[in-house]
Amino acid sequence: MSTLRDTDAAEIAAEFVSNRRRAGSPAMGMVMTLVVVVEESVADQAMAAARTASREHPARVLGVIRGVSDGPPQVDAEVGIGDGWGGEHALIRLSGAAVGHAESVVLPLLLPDSPVAVWWPDRAPAEPAADPLGQLGRRRITDAAAPGGHGSPLAALTGRCRAYTAGDTDLAWTRLTPWRALLAASLDHPAAGAVTAAEVTGEPGNPSADLLAAWLGDRLGVPVERTDSDGPGLTDVVLDTDRGRIGIRRTDGRLATVTSPGHPDRPVALKRRSLPELLAEELRRLDEDDIYAATVQALLKETTP
Amino acid sequence: MSTANPLRDPRDRRLPRIAGPCGLVIFGVTGDLARKKVVPAVYDLANRGLLPPGFSLTGFARRDWDDQDFAQVVHDAVREHARTEFREEVWAQLAEGFRFVAGSFDDGEAFERLHDTVRELDRSRGTGGNHAFYLAVPPAAFGTVVAQLQHHGLTRSEGDTWRRVVVEKPFGHDLASARELNDTLAGVFPESSVFRIDHYLGKETVQNILAIRFANAMFEPIWNSHYVDHVQITMAEDIGIGSRAGYYDGIGAARDVIQNHLLQLMALIAMEEPVSFDAGALRVEKQKVLSAVRLPDDLSRGAARGQYAAGWAGGRRVPGFLEEQGISLTSTTETYAAVQLFVDTRRWAGVPFHLRTGKRLGRRVTEVAVVFKRAPHLPFGPHATEELTHNTLVIRVQPDEGVTLGFGAKVPGTQLEIRDVTMDFAYGGSFTESSPEAYERLILDVLLGDPPLFPRHEEVELSWRILDPVLEHWAAEDAAGGGPDLYVSGTWGPESADRMVARDGRTWRRP
Repeated sequence: MSTLRDTDAAEIAAEFVSNRRRAGSPAMGMVMTLVVVVEESVADQAMAAARTASREHPARVLGVIRGVSDGPPQVDAEVGIGDGWGGEHALIRLSGAAVGHAESVVLPLLLPDSPVAVWWPDRAPAEPAADPLGQLGRRRITDAAAPGGHGSPLAALTGRCRAYTAGDTDLAWTRLTPWRALLAASLDHPAAGAVTAAEVTGEPGNPSADLLAAWLGDRLGVPVERTDSDGPGLTDVVLDTDRGRIGIRRTDGRLATVTSPGHPDRPVALKRRSLPELLAEELRRLDEDDIYAATVQALLKETTP
Repeated sequence: MSTANPLRDPRDRRLPRIAGPCGLVIFGVTGDLARKKVVPAVYDLANRGLLPPGFSLTGFARRDWDDQDFAQVVHDAVREHARTEFREEVWAQLAEGFRFVAGSFDDGEAFERLHDTVRELDRSRGTGGNHAFYLAVPPAAFGTVVAQLQHHGLTRSEGDTWRRVVVEKPFGHDLASARELNDTLAGVFPESSVFRIDHYLGKETVQNILAIRFANAMFEPIWNSHYVDHVQITMAEDIGIGSRAGYYDGIGAARDVIQNHLLQLMALIAMEEPVSFDAGALRVEKQKVLSAVRLPDDLSRGAARGQYAAGWAGGRRVPGFLEEQGISLTSTTETYAAVQLFVDTRRWAGVPFHLRTGKRLGRRVTEVAVVFKRAPHLPFGPHATEELTHNTLVIRVQPDEGVTLGFGAKVPGTQLEIRDVTMDFAYGGSFTESSPEAYERLILDVLLGDPPLFPRHEEVELSWRILDPVLEHWAAEDAAGGGPDLYVSGTWGPESADRMVARDGRTWRRP
């Protein structure tokens, strides 16, 4: 890894090339650019997650840290290749007046023609698609459950839902995929009855629980009750059907129990997934997530009477 | 499905397909195939959340085990061979569903116990009457096992439940025996319930052949005899037969590999574009092209076979085939086979397809190389292009999965010297971290009842129809006192194979 002080995009680009030469010009096969917009305090953690995800999706990863906006403008960067990364990476620190112009550094460093995803692991703009960095991305990934957000996670989520633009997505939604898959599978069998009501239980303020309730309500067209538990995360989902009750209960964040009419209770692995796994899923498909868009609309209808 | 599931939507592509309630019964569960491939793949599927709650795994073998002993064997196999990490909660999901039935294949009582076990699983685990029977046993035992299954009412499905059978190669040893085998299965299971595993077809890179050919505009226009000089399909192993003498002797490389893997690869490379990617449309195209395959008239020139001799391979001293344990000193079983094929269609008229496979070759590699014709005119000086050969597109199936494009470029610093260079796409780097092992994909497809990646008996029979004359030719040579040519272990096969392609002025690639 090499460190550049008081630099600019052209020098960072040149450093990428010389890093590649030094590594013996390996075939890179990078499929995308991932821009990680992050605070200094969580930068290491976010870049580690991006590194793991880059093994599935070789990428040019550009970490952008916006520092203090006082003082003279300055751009510093650490540039590297390989070493556990699938592709190449740069961590770019902006300070002074440069803080307000991060996109001017990132734009020249995007890989030609391939998709761009922008990820805010922690605090994210209220309107991701209106953000100058967000505008560079085809995919904009936020996390309503991240601790650094303003106000409650639900407020963060509904705020972003109001600003929803095609290409937006949130890790609170990604976390639901295994739950949604199990629920959908439970209704696959023709003998499954028609759902008449549903209930979603989770930690108070857990944005995933609210999204799941909105999704179920939207898809099933039935009332969905949202109740609180001590968690962790989501704990219970119940579908009342005209043939009985289908339920998934997970109290330890790892192993769930599935109940369905006429069947014995069965355990099923339903582990809360790690950040790199969530990010890797998010990068698998880069077109608009229509189902998320519909769910967002349903959630807004619920929360704004 | 009678009514659409409101939680499913074709646009919701995050949701994986999870198999419905079901169980898997493995015959021959103590064998290598079951321990190293099938059982670990089951665990990996569970770990990826693709198996239904209540999924149950039943082992059947001649061992004095109870369910706990079997669970321990599964545990060890998973620990040793699974692709994904071991997680307690995944194990907890599977653990209650392990059953073991002790018995031999001619033991009616054992099958009665299996019948009871399956019933019990439907009650206690909710497997819903849906069961797949995986015959990880030699084909000679297929007949006995399916007859027992039928006799004990295990093959009958009621209502919308299903019973399926999974078999592995070899699908017979010639056309006649393949038909016999198929009759055995077809007498008990409808064709749509028979899943023949050719694990090559489960590989991401093999499925990628279809993507490369039919998702792109740049390859298909030159995918024909106007531009393609010839095609080479190679599956090479660096190892010998190891402990497989009992299976391998009398079977040989052509039956073991060419009949299934290589002809399937060839079909995917040579077929016309299917009208859709469903199982029926794909099968039609594969059958069409296999039915147009022709052998050369003179098989002594158009096919070659060999046996590895003792030598040094990769820095180790290795024995020759005839010195391997369990192999007769007079065995004429080939460990290397190469054959030249033609496809009698407008697209491929006059383009030879060279298929080769062998053990104890230079290195382990499977690849398809499409070798293009040379440019019709080269406007360079007489010596500028001496080092330029043919443009090639190489699909690397394993290891180091990917695609290589070979073309000519100027050597820097020279006046004008043009030489072959390669451009690489490493599939491994780009997507494989999450890419499932072939067996996972195929087992999931069996449980989902999704047939596109499984060859049907028509394809199996067409493949034997292609290969049978070669096998007969070799048998006649043997009867006349001939036999396979020797090649030194660790090299790229016998000289006769080199002569086979050299006659048309071509050479084998060094893969």
